[in-house]
Amino acid sequence: MRTKDFAYWLFLAPVLIALTLVVVVPMLLGVYYSFTSWNGINTGEFVGFQNYIDLFKDERFLDSLWFTTKFSVISVILINFIGLSLALIVTSRIKSSSLLRTTFFMPNLIGGLILGFIWQFIFIKVFASVGEMVGMESLQGWLSTTETGFWGLVILMSWQMAGYIMVIYIAYLQGLPKELLEASEIDGASSFQRFRYIVFPLVAPAFTVSMFLTLSNTFKLYDQNLSLTGGGPYNSTEMVAMEIFKTAFMQNAFAYAQAKAVIFFVIVAIIALLQVYWNKRREVEM
Amino acid sequence: MRNKRNWKLEILGILLGILWLLPFYLMFVNSFKTKKEIFMDVTSPPEQWSFDNYITAFEELDFLQTLFNSLLITISSVVLIIIFSAMAAYALSRAKSRISTVLFFIFVAAMLIPFQSVMIPLVTVFGQFEMLNRGGLIFMYIGFGASLSIFLYHGALNNIPKSLDEAARIDGANRWQVFWHIIFPMLKPITVTVAILNIIWIWNDYLLPSLVINKTGSETIPLKMFFFFGEYTKQWHLALAGLTLAILPVIIFYFFAQRSIIKGVSDGAIK
Repeated sequence: MRTKDFAYWLFLAPVLIALTLVVVVPMLLGVYYSFTSWNGINTGEFVGFQNYIDLFKDERFLDSLWFTTKFSVISVILINFIGLSLALIVTSRIKSSSLLRTTFFMPNLIGGLILGFIWQFIFIKVFASVGEMVGMESLQGWLSTTETGFWGLVILMSWQMAGYIMVIYIAYLQGLPKELLEASEIDGASSFQRFRYIVFPLVAPAFTVSMFLTLSNTFKLYDQNLSLTGGGPYNSTEMVAMEIFKTAFMQNAFAYAQAKAVIFFVIVAIIALLQVYWNKRREVEM
Repeated sequence: MRNKRNWKLEILGILLGILWLLPFYLMFVNSFKTKKEIFMDVTSPPEQWSFDNYITAFEELDFLQTLFNSLLITISSVVLIIIFSAMAAYALSRAKSRISTVLFFIFVAAMLIPFQSVMIPLVTVFGQFEMLNRGGLIFMYIGFGASLSIFLYHGALNNIPKSLDEAARIDGANRWQVFWHIIFPMLKPITVTVAILNIIWIWNDYLLPSLVINKTGSETIPLKMFFFFGEYTKQWHLALAGLTLAILPVIIFYFFAQRSIIKGVSDGAIK
């Protein structure tokens, strides 16, 4: 098949049309709209960089960006730590290995929206009633403060995504040469040394994949944010994705929301490219 | 020494497993209680296993219709994504040229675009042309799902030698036949991965349907669940029964296909 063949374009046509109409055109239109005062009804006029200037003075947007960053950094660390620990547990010689894998992975199959509702019940009702039983004041009123809302989101995401990351680490751990581990054991390496000097360097590529996946998933989080805290109290647990949504569909400031969405795209793209670049370089060095 | 260590890990693993399932357990037992019982105690099993909450939730969620919508949208989108992405990846992998490289790059680059960055123009433009609701939604899923699927198929296709195509062509098969009768069957393992990743995503997606579906009776499970939950906030007994109903299809699917699901997700992430 050659590119000038009719068949080539026939095979490509359906996805090219879909991608163009669904992603490419809206993206280009979006960039254009971000320089106007479009509100969904009137096309509005060209306003230059006004929307971009405004958003850097918009405290609510900046707060959501800061909240998202804090949330992502802590979640990425926790999810990877728990995910790797779970992977090490289920790949050791234990009987319940496959049952545990199934269990830890299960939350990933269920939508974030539904998981958020389930955890809302846990944090609000179960925490309060357990707190009452054991007399712990700190378990009362979860999700009603910024602090508990933040940790609620972190707990929910760690619980959900750790099993996903576990599966990725398992795939790499199973590729480890058994002879090498056994030889080092005979030579008297402790389990920490074996982990540090053999397992860790060989599993390094798994970090590329896992960090990238967790960071992009947590940074773009919407469903869990919506169903667990809804951004409350007083928009203090609102993440960027939700802030953009509210600006667009609740305040009808379409062009302004679109400018935020363009900035959001730039950040997400930079993170993705940096991660790939940085991890590839580190892998080579090792 | 080794036995002792594994025994400890076994206990630790099981304890963590119980902790992981605890939210589901609490959701399940409380979904059978009355409002008053939940108010009194959330940790113990219900005094009476009553299905009253489920009957209400089933009706309020219009469960059979909602389930049908989710199945219709997910299955149609995934089947079309598989057919069209495999075809596109085949063309890109067989015709090596600058055009193919550029197109492949565009598909991969599109994966970097977060949904929020295109959502506002997308919804307004499709709204103007009255291409919303189920049909429009399926079309949008093809656009959003194509990139990753093409990427995965492309990788698999590069491992199938071109000489195979050429041999079949000499035997008189046309390109369409070569692809569907010879190449596509060989892509079965990656098709399973593509199917699973797209099923999980589309089945659970909330934001896109919430923007595109505006007809009562066309809602998917997450969408209907959102309205249902909003209506019954503070009535946890009903909310929990609804949530249990909503995740039931997924649990059944997981029970039968867990091996391929875990394998598919891990392959999809690593490639």
